[in-house]
Amino acid sequence: MASGEPGVTSRYAAAVAATQDAAFQPTPDDVALVAALRDGDERAFATIVAQLHGPLLRLARLYVPTSAAAEEVVQETWLGVFRGLDRFEARATFRTWVFRIATNRAMTRGRRERRDIPLSALLDPTEGPGGPAVDLERFLAPGEQWAGHWAVPPERWAPDAATHLLAKETRALIAAALESLAPAQRIVMTLRDVEGWSTDEVCAALEITAGNQRVLLHRARSRVRAALEQHLATAGPA
Amino acid sequence: MSSDVTPMAAPTGALAKPDPDACAGVVELVTEYLEGALDAAVRARFEAHLADCDGCDIYLEQMRATIAAAGHVDVERVAPATLDGLIAAYRSARGA
Repeated sequence: MASGEPGVTSRYAAAVAATQDAAFQPTPDDVALVAALRDGDERAFATIVAQLHGPLLRLARLYVPTSAAAEEVVQETWLGVFRGLDRFEARATFRTWVFRIATNRAMTRGRRERRDIPLSALLDPTEGPGGPAVDLERFLAPGEQWAGHWAVPPERWAPDAATHLLAKETRALIAAALESLAPAQRIVMTLRDVEGWSTDEVCAALEITAGNQRVLLHRARSRVRAALEQHLATAGPA
Repeated sequence: MSSDVTPMAAPTGALAKPDPDACAGVVELVTEYLEGALDAAVRARFEAHLADCDGCDIYLEQMRATIAAAGHVDVERVAPATLDGLIAAYRSARGA
C-alpha cells in the first residue's frame, strides 16, 4: 500500500497513484472479461484484440520509428497479455494494464532501434507544434480598444452541419487532421474522443498527469476544429 | 527534436493564465472548461463572457461538434490474418 506523503510524492506519482490505488474498483465488465480470458474464451480474446489493436499501434508509434515495428510490438504485447493474465491484479482497468505492457515493450524496442530520445519527452506537452488554438490575427491586436476580442469570429456552422460532420468525406478529413498531429497529441485525442476513454483512464494508461493530458488534448482538438472550420467554410451547405 | 523547452506561444505567454474575459483567452481555456478543470472563479467569468459573446459561444459549440464528430472516425482495424494468428497463439497458450 504505497500512499505517498503529500509534499514528498511528486504530482506525477500522485496522478498515477490516484488511478491505481487500493481503492480502485474493477468494473463488472472487466472482472467478467478477465475471467473469460483466463478460461481460454477465444471470442472474448478476439473482441478485446479488435477493440485495442488500433489504439495500441498508435501508442507503439510514439516509441518506434516504423509501422512494421509498431505492429510487431503490438503482437508481442498480446502474447505478453495472455501469458501474464494470471498475474493481472485488477489495480487498474484491464485495458490500462494492456497499455502499460505495450509501453514497456515499445520503449525497449525503441531504445534498440534508434538513438536515445529522452523518454520523458515523448509525452511532454511542450513537444510538437504548440501555438495558439486560433490564429492570433483573428483577434484585435493589443493596444486597440477591445484587444483580444474577435476581429474575425467563427461563423455558426449550418444547421445541417451535424449531418455534414458525419459524412464520409468529413470523417476522412478528421482522420487526416489526426494523422497530422504530433504523436503525443494524436494518441490522447484518439483515446479520449475517438475511443471514448475517460480522462483518468488515459492518464493511467499513458502515465501522464491530468494537466499534461489536457494540454495535449487541447492542442489536438483546437487543430482538428480549425481543419473542420476550413473544410465546412469551403464545402458550403450540403 | 530540440531539447530546448519552447515556450507555448499562447497570447499570454507560457506561464500566465489565459484571460477568460478576452476571446483569445476563452479559446485557450475551452478544454479546461469542458474537462471541468477551471476553478470556480475563472469558470464564472468564462461563462459570463460566453453569455455575452456570440463568437465565443459559436466557438464552444464548434469544439463540442468537433469532439462528437471525432467519435465517428473510422478506427484502424486489426488485419484478419493477424487476428487469426493471435487467436491461434492464444489457443495454444490458454485453450483447453
